[in-house]
Amino acid sequence: MTELAALFHGFSIALAPHNLLLMTIGIVLGVLIGVLPGLGGANGVAILLPLTFTLEPVSAIILLSCIYWGALFGGAITSILFNIPGEPWSVATTFDGYPLAQRGRAAEALTAAFTSSFLGAFAAILVITFVSPLVAGFALKFGPAEFFAVMFLAFASFIGLSSAAPFKTMAAMLVGFLLAGVGLDTVTGQLRGTFGSTELMRGFHFLVVVIGLFGISEILQSIEEGLSFKGRDGRIDLKAVVRTWAEMLKHKAIILRSALIGCWMGITPAGATPASFMSYGVAKRLSPHGAEFGRGRIEGVIAPETAAHAAGTSALLPMLALGIPGSPTAAVLLGGLIMWGLQPGPMLFVEQKDFVWGLIASMYLGNVVGFLIVLVAVPWFAAILRIPFPIIAALILVVCAIGAYTVNNAAFDIVLMLIFGVLGYVMKKLDYPLAPLVLALVLGDRTEQSFRQALLMSEGSFTIFFANPLVASIMIAGFVMLFWPLVARLRSRRTGGARAAAQAP
Amino acid sequence: MPQFAGGGSGISQKLMELLLALLFAAGGVLAIVEGQRLGNGWDFDGPQAGYFPFWIGILLVAASLVNFLNALRRNRDGQLFVSWQRLFLVLQVLVPAVIYGVAIFYVGIYVASAALVLWFMRGLGGFSLRQAVPVAAALVLLAFFVFEIWFLVPLPKGPVEQALGF
Repeated sequence: MTELAALFHGFSIALAPHNLLLMTIGIVLGVLIGVLPGLGGANGVAILLPLTFTLEPVSAIILLSCIYWGALFGGAITSILFNIPGEPWSVATTFDGYPLAQRGRAAEALTAAFTSSFLGAFAAILVITFVSPLVAGFALKFGPAEFFAVMFLAFASFIGLSSAAPFKTMAAMLVGFLLAGVGLDTVTGQLRGTFGSTELMRGFHFLVVVIGLFGISEILQSIEEGLSFKGRDGRIDLKAVVRTWAEMLKHKAIILRSALIGCWMGITPAGATPASFMSYGVAKRLSPHGAEFGRGRIEGVIAPETAAHAAGTSALLPMLALGIPGSPTAAVLLGGLIMWGLQPGPMLFVEQKDFVWGLIASMYLGNVVGFLIVLVAVPWFAAILRIPFPIIAALILVVCAIGAYTVNNAAFDIVLMLIFGVLGYVMKKLDYPLAPLVLALVLGDRTEQSFRQALLMSEGSFTIFFANPLVASIMIAGFVMLFWPLVARLRSRRTGGARAAAQAP
Repeated sequence: MPQFAGGGSGISQKLMELLLALLFAAGGVLAIVEGQRLGNGWDFDGPQAGYFPFWIGILLVAASLVNFLNALRRNRDGQLFVSWQRLFLVLQVLVPAVIYGVAIFYVGIYVASAALVLWFMRGLGGFSLRQAVPVAAALVLLAFFVFEIWFLVPLPKGPVEQALGF
């Protein structure tokens, strides 16, 4: 098994003392970010990215990916203890987690959440370890047309799988593409969309946009909802841990199913949030105690947490193997790769073995470290929310501003960040999804380039996108995804009509 | 969705839907114009620089049009985007944030940040100056040491830092 040999080599990199230290720092920072409203995985990583340039790429990605794992863990703490989802993917955890905490079973709910997060992530890492080299090997045969087709499929699946209105998803995505195009055109050297502004010559950096869209908008939303933090005691003792583990053994099937849902939704770019809701819904429907969900069933914590973590982790698979991220945070990490001078895509597995396998090994270790840290340190993390919100809000604003500034050392970017903050706030409230915008912004240049290269090869003929069975089948899959909402709507109208007819006396 | 407690009036959801669709459509139109200027046709060596933005712009205008019509058609019985009461809360954060962003150009990030923390703690949190000043000072000093000295990342500075010799 070449994968195992490579993985062990990866462990030797990840186990280096300075990498272990970065891992721990990353997890602690990540949990903090996950606990604080207004700072999430995507913009937490975005803010810290410019500080990682002095590190080696593999150390940098270990630090940043551990922040991501930490944020995934952290979201559960506030959901269960405060009924405030620190992250969108932990909304489903509040449904049963908070009622459990209200009944004095917070320790069990937290243990169940952390354990199932850990198991979900572990399943996803196993998938990454063994599947991504295959995908990458396969993708090595890709030319520009195939790459464009894969991007097309990724974006089309966004439209097809998103819970938002398809045209809203589409609009958000297209705005991302347009923003990506601003600045210097790398092919012809022309300036595009700058309208004479020297500040716009740099283009819209995705980090600035992410910090605004996710960070600033979150503060605005938090203040609007008038947060009052009334938390439950979150101490976990060993007895509760053992008792919860014993109980979780009974729910093996739910864990396995949720992990599968999560892995699937993470690899296709649906993301952790829909995965957690879907897994919760399935667990509720299939459970004999379905009616008691929402009033404090432990399964209601296990299912969404397993799926969210599995999805969040497996979102890195397409990022590593194809250079197409499965989630906004993965998109930010991908942007990091480019900034560190690495070329994302299948060649990573050939040219940057140390980097890839160091990262994969760090996923195993990072999740073990994270699991232990959160189990021990929950009360301290929960205490952070007792800091008055005005201080937290001011602090987050300052951190976001510094983060936006350091990307290009440009104060103008702070203004841009605020503008995107307002835009993000409005978009969120109108149910426009933000993830497609970020993904299109990160991938816009590469999508356009592969599109132009492909057309260059075919001398302008679109038949190149259907020239061989491989590219044609990817394109067709993309079109199926694109028109899926339409098909689903027609079908539901028909069956809905049939049902109404059947119900009529 | 959380219930809109109190404050019956505000900005309607429909108005915001329409405005955002118009904003995106305007962005699409800009892209079309820009794409036309750069050339949206075919050069001897492939698509011109304006080709991609041009078509993305057309798609964006089309998608926004659908969103606009959807919003127009849907009757949401005056569902609120935000009530005036809540908008006031949001503005309490947003207005200082904008002033903060502009102030950074003139006084640098450290002084502006200290002022922001002070303002938030006094105005929103109701802390006394004796509580707020130490917190603001501590945060700014911490930021200074972390960024300027530890990570060697220079942040924008103003006259105060210059007077201190940085």
